[in-house]
Amino acid sequence: MGDYRVLNTRAPRIDGPAKATGQAKYADDFKMPGTLYAAILQSPIAHARILHIDTSKAKKLPGVKAVVTSREAGLIKYGVSPARYDETLFAHDKVRYVGDEIAAVAAFDQDTAQEALSLIKVDYEELPAVFDMFEAMKEGAPQIHNEFPGNMNAEVHQEFGDTDAALAACDLVIDHTFLNKRQDAAFIEPHSCLAVYEPSGRLTLYTSTQVPHYVMRTVAMTLQIPVGNVRVVKPYVGGGFGPKCEATPLEMSCGLLSKVTGHPVKMSYSREQVFLHSRARHQFYAEMSLGVMKDGTMVALKNKAVLDGGAYTSFGIATVYYSGSLLGGPYKLKSMKYDGYRVYTNKPACGAQRGHGGVAHRACFEQLIDMTAEKLGMDPIDMRLKNIMMTGDMTVNELDMSSLGMKECIEAIRKGSDWNNKKGKLPKGKGIGMACGFFVSGAGYPIYRSDTYHSTVVIKLSEDGGMANVLTGSAEIGQGSDTTMAMIAAETLGISLDNVRVYSGDTDYSVDLGAYSSRQTLMTGHATKEAAEEIKSKIALYLSQELNVPIASITFGDGIVKFDGGPGNFDKLRTNYIKEHRGWTDPPSGEYLTFREAARLAYLRAGTIVGTGKYKPPKLGGSYKGAAVGTSPAYGCSAQIVEVSVDLDTGQITVDGMTDAHDCGLAINKMSVEGQMQGSLSMGLGECLFEEVKFDSRGRIINPSLGEYKIPTALDMPKVKSIIVESNEPNGPYGAKEVGEGAIMPTIPAILNAIYDATGVRINELPVTSERLFMALKKNAEGAKI
Amino acid sequence: MKKAIQLTINGQPVEASVSPNQTLVQFLRDDMGLTGTKHGCGLGDCGACTVLLDGKAVNSCLVLAVQADGCQILTIEGLAENGKLHPLQQAFVDKGAIQCGFCTPGMILSAKALLDEKPNPTELEIRTAISGNLCRCTGYQKIVEAIGEAAEVIRFREES
Ligand code: FES
Ligand code: FES
Repeated sequence: MGDYRVLNTRAPRIDGPAKATGQAKYADDFKMPGTLYAAILQSPIAHARILHIDTSKAKKLPGVKAVVTSREAGLIKYGVSPARYDETLFAHDKVRYVGDEIAAVAAFDQDTAQEALSLIKVDYEELPAVFDMFEAMKEGAPQIHNEFPGNMNAEVHQEFGDTDAALAACDLVIDHTFLNKRQDAAFIEPHSCLAVYEPSGRLTLYTSTQVPHYVMRTVAMTLQIPVGNVRVVKPYVGGGFGPKCEATPLEMSCGLLSKVTGHPVKMSYSREQVFLHSRARHQFYAEMSLGVMKDGTMVALKNKAVLDGGAYTSFGIATVYYSGSLLGGPYKLKSMKYDGYRVYTNKPACGAQRGHGGVAHRACFEQLIDMTAEKLGMDPIDMRLKNIMMTGDMTVNELDMSSLGMKECIEAIRKGSDWNNKKGKLPKGKGIGMACGFFVSGAGYPIYRSDTYHSTVVIKLSEDGGMANVLTGSAEIGQGSDTTMAMIAAETLGISLDNVRVYSGDTDYSVDLGAYSSRQTLMTGHATKEAAEEIKSKIALYLSQELNVPIASITFGDGIVKFDGGPGNFDKLRTNYIKEHRGWTDPPSGEYLTFREAARLAYLRAGTIVGTGKYKPPKLGGSYKGAAVGTSPAYGCSAQIVEVSVDLDTGQITVDGMTDAHDCGLAINKMSVEGQMQGSLSMGLGECLFEEVKFDSRGRIINPSLGEYKIPTALDMPKVKSIIVESNEPNGPYGAKEVGEGAIMPTIPAILNAIYDATGVRINELPVTSERLFMALKKNAEGAKI
Repeated sequence: MKKAIQLTINGQPVEASVSPNQTLVQFLRDDMGLTGTKHGCGLGDCGACTVLLDGKAVNSCLVLAVQADGCQILTIEGLAENGKLHPLQQAFVDKGAIQCGFCTPGMILSAKALLDEKPNPTELEIRTAISGNLCRCTGYQKIVEAIGEAAEVIRFREES
């Protein structure tokens, strides 16, 4: 690792004080004079034809300024991937799930808006509905979208090598199936938006999103406003984890209502509406076969996926590809076959969530490896190490592991958890399990086909030279990207973190695709570094001209500028600076020229000093269909060991400890890296042990609250040992890559493998509530008796 | 039909008229502009709206503004003194206990209620005290560490 001053430290986040004092503003904290409050009418029926919508009474209610339906909004189709635009802002012919949007209202206050909703009369003709993905695939099932017969939203078939032949030649083939449940992202901040349409035709949205850029594009398209007239500003965001990666009906409704009324319009989702909007983790069914040789060499993997997509596509096409493409690694395989199906059902749409598409299949695969190891009499760690990919290896589906500290991660957790003294030596009821995983550091391609840069950054120096202002459209959503960019800018410019300010999350600042697929550190990081380098070379040029020294003799670092490694002769610059700033409190001093003085000189020569940077990945991936999904300039990887206690009489599970190692390339900020690792573990633990969005027989969510839908509390989380493993990623800025999502990959299977170790029972359905485990234990005991 | 109330918010006496069904969180955020108190569910499930009411941590979405009549309210905006972060705030910043920050104000106030009562809490006591404050980002570990560190700082300050 290099000798860094700012990077690779545990610098406190730059937004920490604002957040700790309540000064940090989130979307719902904005207020503007004349603001109207909006509300959305959502379908109470899962599947119905809309016969008639009567808004006349609602419109007449005093205090109501506007009521809009598909008549006003039009029928422009939108979605995430242009290949599957299957939504309109408001339903017009049919509603397809309980929660489908039908109309929106703007009124002078919240209560009036709500009352107006109750005055809108909708005549429905109820249609048969289907809620189960397997039922939806059957012949004669209710059809949700005419364009997609059999409710088949997307199908993927990929094969690398001849998998059947390879499996036939294996010494051992083991099968496994796995079923997770629909998860909710359960970010603590519900979506919120304030839309301001100006008479000039400009629309500004202040909104809780992960992707200002995509929201800008979608809103411009659906509301038919020239894209240059739409500005999206992301204030601080209270968590996203995936579902805030696309434009919402809330944002579009606010925009439309503001356009129609000429007032600012504000709306926030209730917690129940967050559940109804969903776009969170799909339910996945996985069916897998792994073929190995007697010595433990993995040869072939067959993988089938069925995804319950809900009523619309959202991110689903990418999801169904990811379930296949992110599976084989980090193990060497000779062949791999994947068949994936994403199915429409009459439920809220699922989308991207932390570990997009990969989590459930990883859980199945990593259990399968343990099952195989057991059959072969191998230690699960040894089995993995035998097959592990190393830096420079390529997966069968042509994903390039340009750096991969997988082996180091495994060794770190083996040691950190004292695995060798525990595995196979724990009393009944106690268990230890492990698993691995990997993930992209940013998607190789944008969501829409384009040659766009994925990130651009502008750095502008203040006129006194003392402050570098980083302008970026990137999205700080809690993961710490603002701090990361500040650190990269400070390191590159050779100044202290205190001398960098970050302005982010605004489509007016720069182009940035946003916070999804764990891309900000690598992609925005590259652009930030390039912008800072341009600044440095501009300053160096003017210094060399002014002082008549070669550019190559000038170096920056620690807030000062050196000439041939020494102070050089800069007296006239200092005298001039001090003269210009007479009476100021902080005249430059010391034996070296300060960055501030050098930057001031550059300003005097050329006006405001600006540096720009940009990044887009090189062309990545193979040439087969769907090869783009899963590509990334770099892959992070992780390994985890979990220890559990199981009460064999009740099935109650206690997670006693977790040891986690993650290779994030260079850890730009070690504290933030650990934060991402620990947050991932808690989300994985929740999904594994208790999270499940449940529906009644008519497609209504029965637990749409954080009281009924349980996420981990401080009492559910064990002490976690987080071990950062650093590789040097050649494609990352300063060698850095992802940590935000990869860290969740091993959690579920590691817990499941530990439960097996404790009980001898394999669980293949989530969540593993004590009831589920109790029933499985009972069944197992009965089986043993017969 | 508004009702007049008198209360103290962050040390400042306040007189206001509120509607009988207005919750304390609405009153603080909408009428007082104290948006540091967050609204995550409105049902008492998430703890983002936690404030101290006469020293006790309460979910301000479950308290009516009229019920706060005559009470002392402390919100996150009232914690820093003379522009200097409270030890809890400082520890949250230093220890990486903040990610998205949406749970942070409520978390810090629940921790304050704990430390006011138990200056030297065990880890389990800390975890129990914040178990009504959900955080989806951090996995709680750094929050628990931060509260432990703040407790130490406060004890040290009070001893010396
Ligand atoms: S907003 Fe009060 S507990 Fe969630
Ligand atoms: S920091 Fe995001 S919810 Fe706690």
